[in-house]
Amino acid sequence: MMLYVVILFLWLALLLYLVMGGADFGAGIIEMFTSKPNKMRTRQTMYNAIGPIWEANHMWLIIAIVILFVGFPVIYTTMSTYLHIPLVIMLMGIIARGTALTFRNYDAVIDDMQKVYNKIFVYSSFITPLFLGIIAGSAVSGRIDLHATDFMSAYIYSWLNWFSVSIGFFTVALCGFLAAIYLIGETNEASEQKRFIRKAKLMNVAAVVAGASVFAASVAEHIPLIQWVFGNIIGIAAVSLASISLILLWILIYRGKRYIIRVLAGFQVTMILLTTTYKHYPNIVILKNGGYLSLINDHGADKTIVALGSALLIGSLFILPALVYLVWSFQRKPQNIKDQH
Amino acid sequence: MAARSQMALSLGFHIIFSCIGMVMPFFMAVSHYLWLKTNKPVYKNVTKAWSKGVAIFFATGAVSGTVLSFELGLLWPEFMKHAGPIFGMPFSLEGTAFFIEAIALGFYLYGWNRFNKWFHWFTGVVVGISGIASGILVVSANSWMNSPTGFDYINGKYTNIDPIKAMFNPAWFSQALHMSIAAFAATGFAVAGVHALMIMRQKNINFHKKAFRIAAVFGIVASILQPLSGDISAKMVAKRQPAKLAAMEAHFKTEEYSPLIIGGIPDVKNKKVDYALELPGLLSFMVHDDFKTPVKGLDQIPERDQPPIAVTHYSFQIMVALGMLMMGIGVIYLIAQFKKRNWFDKTWFLKLFIAATPVGFIAIEAGWTVTEVGRQPWIIQGIMRTKDAVTPMPGIGYSFYLFTAVYLTLSVAVIFLLYRQIKMVPEIYDNTKPSTH
Repeated sequence: MMLYVVILFLWLALLLYLVMGGADFGAGIIEMFTSKPNKMRTRQTMYNAIGPIWEANHMWLIIAIVILFVGFPVIYTTMSTYLHIPLVIMLMGIIARGTALTFRNYDAVIDDMQKVYNKIFVYSSFITPLFLGIIAGSAVSGRIDLHATDFMSAYIYSWLNWFSVSIGFFTVALCGFLAAIYLIGETNEASEQKRFIRKAKLMNVAAVVAGASVFAASVAEHIPLIQWVFGNIIGIAAVSLASISLILLWILIYRGKRYIIRVLAGFQVTMILLTTTYKHYPNIVILKNGGYLSLINDHGADKTIVALGSALLIGSLFILPALVYLVWSFQRKPQNIKDQH
Repeated sequence: MAARSQMALSLGFHIIFSCIGMVMPFFMAVSHYLWLKTNKPVYKNVTKAWSKGVAIFFATGAVSGTVLSFELGLLWPEFMKHAGPIFGMPFSLEGTAFFIEAIALGFYLYGWNRFNKWFHWFTGVVVGISGIASGILVVSANSWMNSPTGFDYINGKYTNIDPIKAMFNPAWFSQALHMSIAAFAATGFAVAGVHALMIMRQKNINFHKKAFRIAAVFGIVASILQPLSGDISAKMVAKRQPAKLAAMEAHFKTEEYSPLIIGGIPDVKNKKVDYALELPGLLSFMVHDDFKTPVKGLDQIPERDQPPIAVTHYSFQIMVALGMLMMGIGVIYLIAQFKKRNWFDKTWFLKLFIAATPVGFIAIEAGWTVTEVGRQPWIIQGIMRTKDAVTPMPGIGYSFYLFTAVYLTLSVAVIFLLYRQIKMVPEIYDNTKPSTH
């Protein structure tokens, strides 16, 4: 029983990381694709939007990873052995991004160093979700080969393939889309809103292209993605709901419904994660020889799962209300935060 | 070897970032409290300046911590495969504490003039408390590696796992206490040292004096309490890890009236220590509370189970010596307070504190070296050897160079940023006219 609580938390942590952390990464991606004259503006809007909560957004990744290594050590260690290289790159991205964001906000002197921080920030905002997507894709692509004897097939081809890389780009586009939708509601200026709407369109198109590439790759590389997505009622329902909500979102964007579109964008991500995880659940890592690592079978000792589940339940009693209050109180009184420093 | 170096490097940096990140919120909260109570703007300015420091260190501590949670698996998959479910409990609670800290920090940093002022202050306190809680939990996980409990190890299998028992392993309390006090002492002295330097340079004297006092009091109280917790820790080590204690002391021979060896150069080949000060019976007394009972020496430990003796011994000596030094400075400060002498204007007094700025952190690094190197060759004391835990992936050397470069850059960046913060104090935080003494 507790095992399902733990799995649910793992899934929720991933979802929240994808939505909240994703929007966070996306803000950097949007900045990357913003023309020079508008950059400063975008940066200010972004800072006001994510400043107070950005640290919290990234805690979801820590929660997910802790659940993995405490509850599912074999899955954690298999992934960290065979996906060592993309994980290290992702970590570098996390370090660079977190510090660059903090540094640019807290550097007492405003000078050319800001340019350096900005560069680091935008590039790492792009690289981190790219590799996050690659890692997720690699887990299910069936390329992890426990019996590999040479370096390339054990540590490189496990993640460097069309399918995984496409998922990486899809993740990047998704993050950018989320951020654009989020930022529309953070500004009151018509010209800026228009700019964010354009960015949302661009990211939407990018996501469609990357998504098509994912499906093409799955066919080429014999990954039963189409079957996972369309082979069951939940998958079809989720995809249809996501499509309907996307159409709805585009209608509402032009009517200035800034909060509903956020909910819709979050809903789409939820549906995407649901479709992609539902069918091969509980098999979280699929191996080359057709074997797999399963959340149901490959978990830690029962006592550990019970303790972990209880810790998560108790922890969320503290975390969730505080987090909701944090987000709510800074939404309620939007004002220029930077002025206070 | 590269994996060990990389882990040591990552932890070595993380320990500094996170110590400052978990202790400075307390300084900040005290100063904030004084501002709310006395309404003197200088306290508000100190609070704001420190909160920037907290934000910088929290961010670096958070990312270096995130990296570590991955590195455990990236570098030590075999260890994590077995140990994860046993000693993971403190990590999952630490995740919670850390999360709360991040939320509270969001409230605190961005909450000026938005919330009830006491609620705002309280969120600052929560930052500190959850920070300390995370620290204690992580140390508890480390102490499990020193005194593994909460499972049975039969024929190479880990059975009957009890994560709660593993979390409250015998060493958790002594280690967590020792580490927490050390964090306060080191951060207190470091922060006080920086402010002392600014006082000496006659810059914003009132501002820096207030800041100096708050930090110094924390550092001094902690440094005076530290030997007590050190004694508790040493007794625990003697009981659970005799090899580590013997290496710390360079104690080669098991004999009655075991001497306490201070300083010296261990000669591992001839099993003796040159140029050391030996105090007969004192080691026996410290471990067993009587002067006669022998303390297990390295001669009773098979060579393949012995840690590197010289490194452990030197590190231990450095830690103790620096700890004593800090305590000494603390006593001088207390004398100044007690005699109501105003030594703050005296250059020698300030110089003493300036010189002591890095001392606490050197002591922490040395102490951490003692506990980690002293546990070798084991990764889990008596159960799993470090060499059996390492990742099978070749080329970890490159990863080590990469991480070294990253951490060095990060440290330079943090120092650069703090320097700029301090330089800008007159413009941002304390633009009153140069204050009189």
